[in-house]
Amino acid sequence: MTAVIGKPIKRFEDDKLIRGLGQYVEDLKLPKMVYAVFVRSQVAHAEIKVNADQARAEEGVVAVITGEDIEGKVGKNFTAWIVPNSNQVGAEISSRPLLACRKVKYVGEPIAMVIAESKERAFDVAELVEVEYKELPAVASIENAIREDAPLVHEQMQSNIALKWQIKNGDVDRIFSESDRVIRQKIYINRAAPVPIEPRACIADYNFSNGKLTLWVTSQNPHIHRFYIANVLGIPEQKVRVIAPDVGGGFGAKIDIYNEELLACYASMILKRPVKWVETRSEHFVASLHGRDFLVDVEFAVMSDGKVRAIRGNSYANMGAYLGTVSPGVASVLHGLILPGPYAIEAFDYTTHAVFTNTMILDADRGAGRPEAIFVLERMMDLIADELGIDPLELRKRNYLPSGENIQTVTGLSYDSLDFSKVLSKFGEVSDYEILREKQKKARQEGRFLGIGVVSSIDICGFAPSPVVGAVGLQAGQWESAAVRFHPTGKITVLTGTHSHGQGGDTTYAQIVSEILGVPLDSIEVLHGDTDMIPMGWGTYGSRGTSTGGSAVYRAAEKVREKGRIIAAHVLNSKPEEIEFENGEYFLKSDPQKKITIQEVALHANVGWNLPEGVEPGLEAQSFFDPPNFTYPFGIHLCVVEVKPDTGEVEIQKYVAVDDAGKIINPMLAEAQIHGGVVHGIGHAMFENIAYTDDGQILTGSFNEYALPKAHFIPRIESYFTETPSPANPIGAKGIGEEGAIAAQIAVANAIIDALKPFGVKHLDGPYTPARIWKAIRGNLAKV
Amino acid sequence: MRINLKINGENYELEVEPRTLLVYAIRELAGLTGTHVGCDTSSCGACTVLIDGKAIKSCTLFAVQAQGSDITTVEGLAKDGELHPIQRSFKEKHGLQCGFCTPGMIMLACDILENETDLKEDNLRRLLKGNLCRCTGYQNIVDAISDASMVK
Ligand code: FES
Ligand code: FES
Repeated sequence: MTAVIGKPIKRFEDDKLIRGLGQYVEDLKLPKMVYAVFVRSQVAHAEIKVNADQARAEEGVVAVITGEDIEGKVGKNFTAWIVPNSNQVGAEISSRPLLACRKVKYVGEPIAMVIAESKERAFDVAELVEVEYKELPAVASIENAIREDAPLVHEQMQSNIALKWQIKNGDVDRIFSESDRVIRQKIYINRAAPVPIEPRACIADYNFSNGKLTLWVTSQNPHIHRFYIANVLGIPEQKVRVIAPDVGGGFGAKIDIYNEELLACYASMILKRPVKWVETRSEHFVASLHGRDFLVDVEFAVMSDGKVRAIRGNSYANMGAYLGTVSPGVASVLHGLILPGPYAIEAFDYTTHAVFTNTMILDADRGAGRPEAIFVLERMMDLIADELGIDPLELRKRNYLPSGENIQTVTGLSYDSLDFSKVLSKFGEVSDYEILREKQKKARQEGRFLGIGVVSSIDICGFAPSPVVGAVGLQAGQWESAAVRFHPTGKITVLTGTHSHGQGGDTTYAQIVSEILGVPLDSIEVLHGDTDMIPMGWGTYGSRGTSTGGSAVYRAAEKVREKGRIIAAHVLNSKPEEIEFENGEYFLKSDPQKKITIQEVALHANVGWNLPEGVEPGLEAQSFFDPPNFTYPFGIHLCVVEVKPDTGEVEIQKYVAVDDAGKIINPMLAEAQIHGGVVHGIGHAMFENIAYTDDGQILTGSFNEYALPKAHFIPRIESYFTETPSPANPIGAKGIGEEGAIAAQIAVANAIIDALKPFGVKHLDGPYTPARIWKAIRGNLAKV
Repeated sequence: MRINLKINGENYELEVEPRTLLVYAIRELAGLTGTHVGCDTSSCGACTVLIDGKAIKSCTLFAVQAQGSDITTVEGLAKDGELHPIQRSFKEKHGLQCGFCTPGMIMLACDILENETDLKEDNLRRLLKGNLCRCTGYQNIVDAISDASMVK
């Protein structure tokens, strides 16, 4: 076979994007299009009265829609994850009303939709919608929300707890009583947000003559959008077409189905005109989902040799005022199951909680539940190492699960394949770990404060098989679809149910097809993101693209190759068993000179003049691939920082990532996923913080207050891979999108806390800003 | 009000409001949508264009202020369809993922390559500080610009 898999092929996606010829939603215009702007709540909790009379009377205004106008006419925006055995609050309470009606529950909640002939007009007129607030007590933080006397976000409930889900295995209490030490820590992982550089946007266009609704939207999963539109607005699903064209990054922010998108559809239906909405960046910080915001209290039972035997504790995730599309799973299943990470733990008792507050909705932010789990785990490992006087890397080595396939964990997962020995040996080659420790000692003698964070991580990707996904409460499948279609000229179109918004899926999938069918890369076109064109599929998130979507492409290509074999045998007057296939050619085993190219076979198949009996014309196949297991990429990341005690500033001096994501299709793209993920994690650790006041006012409403990492804040990321193929799919791929973000946030945190050790700091919650570090140093100065 | 803008060597006669930002005139009135809008606080740099050879965030100017200047957007870089060297380097070095920040980064890179002398990595990174990218972690963007500087 021509080896195309494993090569750093340059991306096909790039040409139009570097010429400025991409087509993002905001770039599109339709005839007679009108523009929507939202009036949003200024307060976190209040009874409201809305008066839109003056706004409606303005020139250039097409409509002003309020909550009362649509009450009972449209459904609510519901969550797609119902966690079993969790007492999850019902949809009547947890679903978002599309527009607030009589009550608002968080700052930024949409109250009215102003639609005008121009965007400028809509912005101006939105100012004229009067909202009268009668404020109610509000609650923004987890700690305040779980107090006995906390104000209730939903007054129909007895508390703010939206769900409670426990994982328990083994005799936890016995092991705790037998252990040499118990180490306990309360850890808070602050709120952040995915923040793609393209804000959200949509255009809804309803054609009343045939009842067809088309929505162009910034979506990571257009078919899920279609499903929601059909359900919430009562349109037959086949009459909904969702197109996600070029999308400027997602990171989880564009998984959720948002009120604005559903409302644009509704407005287009009543106005019979296309309706466009483009989020401003300031709006993005109050209207697009937030992430992290977990409070965890855990204790680890350990032996004096460093062996961790049991874990117990509680986690609380801040859900905001309503449940997001998948947030119940983020707070529970996706978090708790992976908390023991790559370590052999005997017993586990962990209860996850989801908590309502008067804040914007929380959901998946690059990693979704797993970064918080690994953060807690690896923070604890450093605390244990410190307590027992064992080197942090050595402590981890003493606790790793064995290498191999289908490794059982204490939470009931079965890790598809694991081999930390390989990662460790690569890490040994590239990291200079021991030398760095020496350097750190020397620096301390010189009065400089270096810190080293070394962490292990593991991710749950390629969420499947679907029956398991259903059993843990996701109201969806997680298989993936693909079609591979030969045209008469021997060129190929590939359809995928995943969506690429920066990952380079078009190139990766073309590599897979090229490998299997032996055809040139430039004869393949990969299409995605249009529900009228693409078979049902579930989109891209959770690092599932290559392992599930790529595997569906792989299987579909195989089916095409096998159908081609039957036709080739017929044309060559032979039998399929007698036919070999290599480099795009079918030939006789017995006489390799007798051959036919796959392109010629494609022509035969497409004209259908000379086909074997019972074989249908056409050369095209679909695959719906449902993997037998999740995939678990794993790795070791190292971060070296220097902290300046006078200012609390941190300089990251070195970052090394050794990851095992199974088989890598395109190393250039995989490395770039690590770069982006690591910087996302660094950002969340050091710069990014979504801050609310206690009464729910947001303090970080623009890029002036919410700091994304900039180029000069970070060093070069040294990225290396080992390859332990996954047995869960034909490619052996595991997934790579989230690994960097998961590992980096805690690698940075541990490095900074390590640097602060001489000041007596054992633990510090993020974000690790100079001010917080400076305070931590000062708070403990007496101990130096 | 009516204004004249010279963009990529062509004259555009546009009807704008006094408050119309240059970036909207470029995108919505001239129809050149390669220049992007990523924020409303002049923080992200997605809207960067060249004005008289200097990289400027086009959301920081009113359209009227750009009258009489020579504006280049990303669409104006390729000549006769041939990619500009900096565009080629972005592709070669995988300096883009979703592509949303890319036109702004490329226009900034044009200014850097033309007007800066210290192109060592540290300084390059500092020069990029007005432009945000969430996908790439900047590393390949930095490499793309260094790569293009060799070609130059
Ligand atoms: S749009 Fe101009 S800097 Fe963000
Ligand atoms: S490539 Fe996506 S924001 Fe830079």
